[in-house]
Amino acid sequence: MNNYSYISLIPLLPIATFLLLGLFGRKYFSSLSGIIGTLSLSVSAFLSILTAYKYFFVDGKVNGVFQQIIPLKYTWLQFSPTISIDMGIVVDPLSVMMLVVITFVSLMVHVFSLGYMKGEERFATYYAFLSLFTFSMLGLVLSTNIFQMYMFWELVGVSSFLLIGYYFDKPSAVAAAKKAFIVTRFADLGFLIGILILAFHAETLDFQTLIARLTDPQSSQILSSVTSSLFGVSALTWGLTLVFMGGAGKSAMFPLHIWLPDAMEGPTPVSALIHAATMVVAGVYLVARLFPVYCFDVSALQVVTYVGAFSALLAAVIACTQTDIKRVLAYSTMSQIGYMMFSLGVSKYGGEEGLGYMASLFHLFTHAFFKSLLFLGAGSVIHMVHSNEMKDMGGLRKHMPITHITFLIACLAIAGIPPFAGFFSKEEILLAAFHSNKLVFFVALFTSGLTAFYMFRLYYSIFWKKAAHLHGEHHDEGTFTMKIPLVILGACALLVGFVPISQFITSDGIGLETHIDVIFSITPVALAIAGILLATSLYKNENDRPIKISLAFGKFYEAAHKKFYIDEVYLFIIQKIIFNLIGRPAAWIDKNIVDGLMNLLAFITAEFSEFFKGLQSGKVQSYALYFFAGIFGLAVLFIYLVK
Amino acid sequence: MNLSLLIILPFITAIVILFCNGLKQVRTVALIGSAVQLIMAIMLLIQYWNERAIGNISQMVFEYSCVWFAPLNINFHIGVDGISVAMILLTAFVVIAGVLVSWTMETLNKEFFFLLIFLSMGAYGFFISLDLFTLFFFLEVAVIPKFLLIGIWGSGKKEYSAMKLALMLMGGSALVFVGLSGLYFNTNINGTHSFDVMQISKMHIPLEAQLLFFPFAFVGFGIFTALFPFHTWVPDGHSSAPTAASMFLAGISMKLGGYGCLRVATYLMPDAAHAYSWVIILLATIAIIYGAFATMMQTDLKYINAYSSVSHCGFVLLGIGMLTQTSITGAVLQMVSHGLMTALFFAAIGMIYSRTHTRMVEQLGGLLKVIPFISSVFVIAGLCSLGLPGFSGFVAEMTVFMGSWQNPDTMYRTATILACASIVVTAVYILRAAGKTVMGPITDEHYFHLTDATWNEKLAAIILITGIVAIGVAPFWLNDLVTPGTEQIMQQLAQAISLK
Repeated sequence: MNNYSYISLIPLLPIATFLLLGLFGRKYFSSLSGIIGTLSLSVSAFLSILTAYKYFFVDGKVNGVFQQIIPLKYTWLQFSPTISIDMGIVVDPLSVMMLVVITFVSLMVHVFSLGYMKGEERFATYYAFLSLFTFSMLGLVLSTNIFQMYMFWELVGVSSFLLIGYYFDKPSAVAAAKKAFIVTRFADLGFLIGILILAFHAETLDFQTLIARLTDPQSSQILSSVTSSLFGVSALTWGLTLVFMGGAGKSAMFPLHIWLPDAMEGPTPVSALIHAATMVVAGVYLVARLFPVYCFDVSALQVVTYVGAFSALLAAVIACTQTDIKRVLAYSTMSQIGYMMFSLGVSKYGGEEGLGYMASLFHLFTHAFFKSLLFLGAGSVIHMVHSNEMKDMGGLRKHMPITHITFLIACLAIAGIPPFAGFFSKEEILLAAFHSNKLVFFVALFTSGLTAFYMFRLYYSIFWKKAAHLHGEHHDEGTFTMKIPLVILGACALLVGFVPISQFITSDGIGLETHIDVIFSITPVALAIAGILLATSLYKNENDRPIKISLAFGKFYEAAHKKFYIDEVYLFIIQKIIFNLIGRPAAWIDKNIVDGLMNLLAFITAEFSEFFKGLQSGKVQSYALYFFAGIFGLAVLFIYLVK
Repeated sequence: MNLSLLIILPFITAIVILFCNGLKQVRTVALIGSAVQLIMAIMLLIQYWNERAIGNISQMVFEYSCVWFAPLNINFHIGVDGISVAMILLTAFVVIAGVLVSWTMETLNKEFFFLLIFLSMGAYGFFISLDLFTLFFFLEVAVIPKFLLIGIWGSGKKEYSAMKLALMLMGGSALVFVGLSGLYFNTNINGTHSFDVMQISKMHIPLEAQLLFFPFAFVGFGIFTALFPFHTWVPDGHSSAPTAASMFLAGISMKLGGYGCLRVATYLMPDAAHAYSWVIILLATIAIIYGAFATMMQTDLKYINAYSSVSHCGFVLLGIGMLTQTSITGAVLQMVSHGLMTALFFAAIGMIYSRTHTRMVEQLGGLLKVIPFISSVFVIAGLCSLGLPGFSGFVAEMTVFMGSWQNPDTMYRTATILACASIVVTAVYILRAAGKTVMGPITDEHYFHLTDATWNEKLAAIILITGIVAIGVAPFWLNDLVTPGTEQIMQQLAQAISLK
């Protein structure tokens, strides 16, 4: 009925671009590669928006319910008669929204990079990697099969590795890229085992079938997955929790978040794409995709809730103490994703109680715009002052008016000030939390005050505080191509809050009526304003109050500044325990004991042959001796045996 | 298709090489010979598909049999199923790549290429043999040249390594021979014994005989494929071998063992395979984990790849030991995948070594800047090794995992989880090696003058990468090729259970 198979072009265009630029770009059309990448992606973006229009407004809805349409599906690898990996495309509200977000933000980043990365030696490679990343991410959200998703999940990981390590001659960039890959890989181990568990019980890898089987209380599959248990936890809970572990890794949830701040070593537009709008929300997407199953198993969903809420708070506290502007943004991302996670966690399936699900994805949607704007703005600032540190900035508002205004809009949006985008989505999240989990609600409320505070601390430190002291040349706000995305995203950050997501994206496909509860929203908005005012008083002009306050917090400030020593704990585990207690002994045992045994065997054989060689001395006297000894021996034997 | 050609052609090539003069003639002949091998392997694949398409459902196709030595009932019996075709393809890919990377071999080039081609003949013969004696004969043909390849053209402590490798593999062969003889003397067809794989598979070998001879055959073949604790020839052997020999060793020879474990040990002694499966799983899991951790501590690129081969070949044994259809298919996929990937890895290491004259990770750095092609090849091999989707390693490993998980026994599940965990360790050591070697700052100013890959090196890399990507992007063809073969093995295993 509905022909959506053209959607396959949306991911295929970027992968074609990747191959073209990756294989030939550097040699033949290096300077053109930016244009090629951008053009190809704008086609993808256009198709995505077309799809969104077609799906949401023309033919996606049947009897008031949004349908899941699968226009394409091919068997890719048949594991067994029932279990196979399929490559396919799913069209439903969730995937269509993600298509729009990914291609749009990616397009903005492509355009921005035209100016930002200009003159780079590996310009073509950069665009090739961007295309690869976009392809992987699109493949991820279009997956019809949990294993297909896992594949693209890994591809996303590696393209992020390549992009973070883009400045590969910088050891810190290489270290950050490695860290990001290995931490997320560790998380993916959980994802993989989770898939194995779920697939074993559901006897399928296909999302649709899997969800249908694992949410039907009468099915034999659910029976087997609930009754078999390990350590008193059912297989279903294990499976879902482990799958969430994969999501937590990509989405930088505590305790797997340690890679995200370091990942800021990559080029800034990359951070805008990967670490703001797309890859880091993959975990949210994953939980949302499997949401009906999570709803069936409350204990796994509770893990999601508390991990999300704790990450939101922890990251916000750390963000208040960081001085590298990109790291502040990184922690802020982590905090906002925590919001999305716990919002999913407090939600239920369907109807009014499914508000959290809608709110989470609404926030994902708005966050994509204002956070990528913040990163691109930060990129613009870094481009100007050639530093990431707050101390090298200040008073930039007059030198870069467009960046200043758009950055301010984004800050207001993330702080949740009406009528900016973040206000609407955060409002729904708080409302959802309020109705189901008071503890999480208060954590979220407190965090939203903190958010406003640290964002405006950042804003004032960059644009106000002290007079700009720019030295050297090349101080301009960047090219036209750098300003355009800022303006577009700024407009989005102002307006996307009015998109009636609740009509489109709900857990059961039926539109939800939401309205802003004015009485309810007074508290969070007041808290946000308080946060902003506090930041204004501390950071608008240079003064010694911030230092005094940090001293007053003492050890706590120090701990937050050092990111609560989580990195150090990991380092200890990896270096002291894994390397010294497992790796080194394994290598030693192999060299000395296992191989030593083999050498010993060879040595004994050689010694034996030496001994027998000695018998063949060629001396007649010794032969005579052996001869007579032999006769004697045989004689004795015969006398006693043949008696 | 006449399968004997797979033996005759390399043989002729090897003989012609002996009559050539000078490097240019020798290498041209070797290249033409290996190109013909590749074409034949691909034709074999196509004709095999045709044969299946027109409805040939016999287990083996292109069968041919003639008497070799009547008194002992030894026949030259050859034939292929999907598994053999896959292994033959792998061999052809590695051989041509090996010839290409040895393009500028200076010393004793005639003898070198002769041995390479001769070795490939042994491998083809092994994969097409359906007679245990013929199979053993070709196994030996494939072992002996390696001793010379390492002993003469190797580097480092080459005499020690060559001796160690030859002795351990010979020890393996001896065990295999005991296993095969045991099978032979327990068969009875009209009063005579038989070496014929197809005949033996149709009769039931007494359980006691299976339990007695299975360990000989399995451990014997296992030594070839780095079965713990008999894997120690792998690191020394690989690191001392010249590049092409390393590629052959890891890409082809180690697969002889895996194929033997499957075709001879498991297929012909299914009861014993059930009985001993927990031992296999135990040893394979140790090899996977312990190999991975040992790799982490290595500092020499060749040692890194050699130890990682121990770990990766553990997946082959794990897949076989799990005794499910999917896991055995996975084991075959892993053999093909690992063969291509490790050959590529050794080729890249050889290219780096021939330019920088070092393989020590800490001395290398920033190569991506100066030799981008070779560095990219190195990174691709690494990414394949750590199981990135789009490359063959992912497909093979995931098939093994998926198959292993179908075995619901707790110990087997634990083994599967541990094996899965190894992919994280793999990521650690691959990224450590790649991060230091090709990324980071340039460590030696001599490196600025390095030249990138020559055409022959590029071609070798492209051929291997083509194979890797062909499996990684579209695994269904290989899976469909291999599955009927593994189904036969599964039937055999299923019957064994019912007999119990």
